[in-house]
Amino acid sequence: MRHIISILIENEAGALSRVAGLFSARGYNIESLTVAPTEDSTLSRMTVVTHGSDDVIEQITKQLNKLIDVVKLIDLAEAVHVERELMLVKVKTTDETREEVKRLSDIFRGKIIDVTLNGYVIEMTGTSDKLDAFVAALDEDAVVEVVRSGPMGMSRGEKGLHL
Amino acid sequence: MELSGGEIVVQSLEDEGVEFLFGYPGGAVLHLYDAIFHQEKVKHILVRHEQAAVHSADAYARSTGKPGVVLVTSGPGATNAVTGIATAHLDSIPMVIISGQVGTPVIGSDAFQEVDMVGITRPCVKHNFLVKNLADLAETMKKAFHVATTGRPGPVVVDIPKDITDPSIKIEYEYPREISMRSYNPVVKGHSGQIKKAVDLLLSAQRPMIYAGGGVILGEGSAELTEFAQLLGYPVTNTLMGLGGYPATDKQFIGMLGMHGTYEANMAMHESDVIIAIGARFDDRVTGKLEEFCPYAKIIHIDIDPSSISKTVKVDIPIVGQVTEVLREMLDLIKASNVRIDEKALEAWWSQVNKWRDVNCLEYDRHSEFIKPQYVVEQLYQVTNGEAFVTSDVGQHQMFASQYYHFDKPRRWINSGGLGTMGFGLPAAIGVKLAHPEADVACITGEASIQMCIQELATATQYRTPVKVINLNNRYMGMVRQWQEFSYECRYSESYMDTIPDFVKLAEAYGHVGMQIEKPGDVRPALEEAFAMKDRLVFMDFITDRTENVYPMIEAGKAHHEMKLRVAPGTPIDRELA
Repeated sequence: MRHIISILIENEAGALSRVAGLFSARGYNIESLTVAPTEDSTLSRMTVVTHGSDDVIEQITKQLNKLIDVVKLIDLAEAVHVERELMLVKVKTTDETREEVKRLSDIFRGKIIDVTLNGYVIEMTGTSDKLDAFVAALDEDAVVEVVRSGPMGMSRGEKGLHL
Repeated sequence: MELSGGEIVVQSLEDEGVEFLFGYPGGAVLHLYDAIFHQEKVKHILVRHEQAAVHSADAYARSTGKPGVVLVTSGPGATNAVTGIATAHLDSIPMVIISGQVGTPVIGSDAFQEVDMVGITRPCVKHNFLVKNLADLAETMKKAFHVATTGRPGPVVVDIPKDITDPSIKIEYEYPREISMRSYNPVVKGHSGQIKKAVDLLLSAQRPMIYAGGGVILGEGSAELTEFAQLLGYPVTNTLMGLGGYPATDKQFIGMLGMHGTYEANMAMHESDVIIAIGARFDDRVTGKLEEFCPYAKIIHIDIDPSSISKTVKVDIPIVGQVTEVLREMLDLIKASNVRIDEKALEAWWSQVNKWRDVNCLEYDRHSEFIKPQYVVEQLYQVTNGEAFVTSDVGQHQMFASQYYHFDKPRRWINSGGLGTMGFGLPAAIGVKLAHPEADVACITGEASIQMCIQELATATQYRTPVKVINLNNRYMGMVRQWQEFSYECRYSESYMDTIPDFVKLAEAYGHVGMQIEKPGDVRPALEEAFAMKDRLVFMDFITDRTENVYPMIEAGKAHHEMKLRVAPGTPIDRELA
């Protein structure tokens, strides 16, 4: 099963490699990983998307908790949560396709953030499924470049990950 | 008080009450060594190889409970230390390893003797630090000791660039008395509800087992474990790391369990209906084939490390907490409980356990014309009155030591259980002897293992650590040969060394006493003679039976009740198998 683990970790050199190293050393999967400092600059928040049986996920969370730099973590998949991923897509356009690509982007609530004679850069956020769907809807030959942040998430309501 | 970085490190060691610093100098730590030169409280032990520095400090920690401290230089000094660090990590030994690093301006430039020590050791330490600012140094030292010694202990590396220890830059020094880390708060007290449930289950058991590991020793819980086991009257087995955590000569002790554990311990685990695991981690050398491990048992597991629980074997009642705290709480509940143990069931259980005991699985041929390694360990046990500190290397001799030396006290049995590091024994013995100068210290080793850190015979000369080296010399890497005999149709691929040094001359070359013992009848007198030489290191080269194997044995892939036993005519084993 897919799990999204959100981690608050000391914002120190090497913290990221401790987490990444743990996953590779113990043979756990990482589908995606995002990390950036939080509103408190001494803390980073990391989101790891992984999959595994309940036993494996239990070990992953225990092993992560054991890292000295990890302050707190939650498995978002355990409760209701929202998740979003950011994507930038560079699309080739011609006079004939320019309007069509823009319309498609609008349908997916994308934003065109760069326009050149030959194409667009489209910014889009949403669940990973939605981003997949948008890329699939584009003409395969028109897609020049795709960059995705990997999902990040937050639990809904009162529950959450903070000090 | 204004101090330089080098002085801060040394002063903080003094403030931590560090007696011995095991190390080896080099370019990146010269400022530090100069600071050591100017003080007398922390005694530096100069080893002959950095790996040995870590093993000696590790064994010092194992035998005293105090953290072991190491100082090595950058690059090769640091990488040489890694095997020792991994050894300590797998056995959860509290240690602080200080490594020199190239100066901060050149980090990352492939400078002379530069290696990414923090990166290399990350998977084999409890935590590590790279000190980039002099202002953080004292606090980092405090954190290192705090992390190493609390919770589940472990080694902590502090990597210090050379410019941080510059003698010309001084800052105000104050060693923090306490430290709190928001990201690190080990659990101490167990969950009361879980403890209550565990006690209810324990009291209702028909075929109970107490399975205790190294956590009991690390957590100083031997007294509590002994009281707990004796109050209940249940059989006790120890892991390799747990030996001495429960008195081996007590009638409730049924030996070590696992791959080379006793028949009675493994059979009892297999048939048990309630097992309480205390500070043990269901290691693969204990469980054998996981799917068939303890099929009838409900399992209670006490451990300080949540990640040890249900890692390999799913348990029914997990309790995270300090072993002494949890056992004390259990003792109170048991004493206050009006539930009585089913004495009839317990009696029947003991009579079954005793039948397994009667198989006498550790019996061996006592009439051989060759010296049996088991016999040497038995005699060592008698000559030292069971009071010695025994370190070991890794292989057959390690198993013979664990089977035939009966440890009644914790911290007396010092071996590399988790990593299985050959070369551990001799430097370990030196570390133990420094900590316990009055005690008998024996290093049980083999002719292959001993050669991995043989250079430490010089350290032993320099610091006058008169340990006794018990070399069980069978001219083979015995354990490798045994596996090749059982699983590779006796193809002894590279498990034999063509040239073995003359250990007597070698010992003498280092200034020690060497003895070679070839006849069974000479074993006892030689041991008595050696241990009478209180102020000399005696290297005892016992020429043992080349073909001897360690029994019982659970072969790879087999379940823990499927043991290979030694079958000798006329022994009770024979009857059992018939």
